[in-house]
Amino acid sequence: MDHSTESSRRDFLKTSSVAALGTAAIANFGLNSSVYASGDDTIKVGLIGCGGRGTGAATQALSTNGNVKLTAVGDAFEDAARNVLNGIKGGLKDKADRVQVSPDKIFTGFDAYQKVIDSGVDLVLLATPPGFRPIHFEYAVKAGKNIFMEKPVAVDAPGVRQVLEANKIAKQKKLKVGVGLQRHHQAPYLEAIKRIHDGAIGEILAMRVYWNGGGVWDPRITRAQAKSEMEYQMRNWYYYNWLCGDHICEQHIHNLDVGNWVKNAYPVKANGMGGRQVRIDKKYGEIYDHHYVEFEYKDGSRMYSQCRHIPNTWNSVSEFVHGTKGSANPGGQVFPTGGEAYRFSGNSKDPYQVEHDDLAAAIRQGLEYNEADNGAYSSMTSILGRMCTYSGKEITWDTAINSNISLMPKNFSFDADPPVMPREDGSYPIAVPGLTKVV
Amino acid sequence: MRQLFLQGLMVVGVLSSAGLVVAADASPKSDKEMKPYTQKIDHTEVTFDMVPIPGGEFLMGSPKTEAGRADDEGPQHKVKIEPFWMGKHEVTWEEFELWSLLMDAKLRKFQEIAPTPLDKRADAVTKPTPPYTDMSFGMGKDGGYPAICMTQHAAKKYCEWLSAKTGIYYRLPTEAEWEYACRAGTTTPYSFGDVSKIDDYAWHAGNSAVDGEKKYHPVGKKKPNPWGLFDMHGNVAEWVQDRYEPEFYAKFPADKTTVFPLCLADEEYPRVARGGSWMFEPDKARSATRLGSDPEWKEQDPQLPKSAWYMTDALFVGFRIVRPLQVPSDDERKNLRLDAVVPKDVKERVTLED
Repeated sequence: MDHSTESSRRDFLKTSSVAALGTAAIANFGLNSSVYASGDDTIKVGLIGCGGRGTGAATQALSTNGNVKLTAVGDAFEDAARNVLNGIKGGLKDKADRVQVSPDKIFTGFDAYQKVIDSGVDLVLLATPPGFRPIHFEYAVKAGKNIFMEKPVAVDAPGVRQVLEANKIAKQKKLKVGVGLQRHHQAPYLEAIKRIHDGAIGEILAMRVYWNGGGVWDPRITRAQAKSEMEYQMRNWYYYNWLCGDHICEQHIHNLDVGNWVKNAYPVKANGMGGRQVRIDKKYGEIYDHHYVEFEYKDGSRMYSQCRHIPNTWNSVSEFVHGTKGSANPGGQVFPTGGEAYRFSGNSKDPYQVEHDDLAAAIRQGLEYNEADNGAYSSMTSILGRMCTYSGKEITWDTAINSNISLMPKNFSFDADPPVMPREDGSYPIAVPGLTKVV
Repeated sequence: MRQLFLQGLMVVGVLSSAGLVVAADASPKSDKEMKPYTQKIDHTEVTFDMVPIPGGEFLMGSPKTEAGRADDEGPQHKVKIEPFWMGKHEVTWEEFELWSLLMDAKLRKFQEIAPTPLDKRADAVTKPTPPYTDMSFGMGKDGGYPAICMTQHAAKKYCEWLSAKTGIYYRLPTEAEWEYACRAGTTTPYSFGDVSKIDDYAWHAGNSAVDGEKKYHPVGKKKPNPWGLFDMHGNVAEWVQDRYEPEFYAKFPADKTTVFPLCLADEEYPRVARGGSWMFEPDKARSATRLGSDPEWKEQDPQLPKSAWYMTDALFVGFRIVRPLQVPSDDERKNLRLDAVVPKDVKERVTLED
């Protein structure tokens, strides 16, 4: 299992956290002019996926130091691609002139990503629903682009493997790759986890991680408003696994990723339970509204994971670590038994901005910077969790990551059938533990 | 009540120095009849208490000699306030989420209760999309904790829902109403005197920590002010109606009494929150302290456009409600922006009812 060897994980994590601490302490390798397509020091940015997060990511990428401009955008939907420019300009305020997208660089349709990547940009932002991410990432790597991609980076095991394979090439080409797991760029996390890694609370026995909230946006259009089932699912993407991966992947990955980061490792197996108890209307597609998973690491330590989308229940988005010599909240607090507590008290900058500042600095200074392996493994952790809750089985990491079950459609067009089709009454098949096959 | 528009920004009536009431139609029913009451919210276990605040005049702002004073607290000027009831406490999560999470409708459906005409009106009020993350940030929800992290627009929309649901007109206080109620006839920096007694009356940065972590506290755990209002100083800052304009007080005649001053807000920022909070030092919890909102209050909202409903980084802001004795006319409500109006350049994303 060379894709998850301890050494490559450690190397990656080290690289990631060094880069995240900023550039001041790192040797400046000089301007690597070959990264700039335009021949000067301007970073030309292309945005793929023009929803709310894409708009935010573009605004942050365009708010970094130095010359940077947005030159191309793409989305499957024409309305999204056309509307995004004003949103980005609004976010940039006095830097709105960094948006320089000519009408012929606004691309739409399922192949818009190729057109953006091939339009002469230096950095592409991948911010579509996550199901598309492996395809987009692979194409961007082959084209030799620097990449910022949102989390998760895949929704199934073949997608994870596709990202890992493509990232081997990205590393050979020394492409800079950021992944939107912004806690890696958030000072309280960096400081607390550094102390945990330095042994402040001894050996880690267990972790508890949570994303318990009320849920996300409701479906945006009705079936009657959609021209096809494909459009219906794409507009309401959160509720379909081939697009979203369920909320354990789409949101809870943040907390699972923190657990992996604290452990400097990924789980070796897991078991779990879950279901769909409150958010049951057929308009809510096929995803569950709650998952509980126990992940086990190689050393026998556990990560207990809860995620829930049910309003008016106990809410928590947090992580906790229990060690042989104390406990910690990796979000900025460390409590050694009998020792002095550490509480982060510095200035915590907006991590959504910092992750782009760090990536841009790496591009400009030619620093090693690649978060994609960790993005893929943490995505796989969340997929493993979903496999366990959907099946009710105990599943090993190796079995899970080698699964050949793909959730993706065979054909991408608005006339094509998505992989999950509704029954006559408009409802979708829901995973049933004990019956549903997941690997 | 009659208002005059000045500069299109604020609305005032003016009493002459001789005390002649210019606003001839300002003839509310006697505030002597006003009693404290408990408002029940139908089909739920949620109630809240309202305290009568008599009409009167007061000196708004702080004297230059006050310790910790900022320039925006002056010049002091006389203001006349009409009677109203004010929430005894800050609005709690239990109250707020009846609207924001549609809990009122969900509970009714769960109990198989048919909607009343008031319920139907309340159901028609816009609801926000669910929050992306836990908006209490682990500080506690059940047990009377104050609702936080909402925009002023969301607070006003809650008032609109509550008015529809109860059939009684509720809104946010104006900044002047808030300070009048906070002072409760006092002229000292705090309604309890000077800062030395603050720990008996207020949660602030110096006393709010539990196990080393500063946090908000359930409402009503400290002593009330002279008019029976809890947590006016500290716990959470409270949204009021007004736009924040540092020089606003300079616009009023020094020798006359202003009636119903209000700095009208159309842009999203800055708007005023009053009373300091569990995160701030005690001098920010003085009766006269003014706080203007800032885009940083939702810096970490990962979406663009940023939410119309949530202030992801404002863990210190909440609100309380008032009920004016004299219910404003539809024109007054519209012209004075007393009800929720989507701020300029803000887009509402909403939850659609089934």
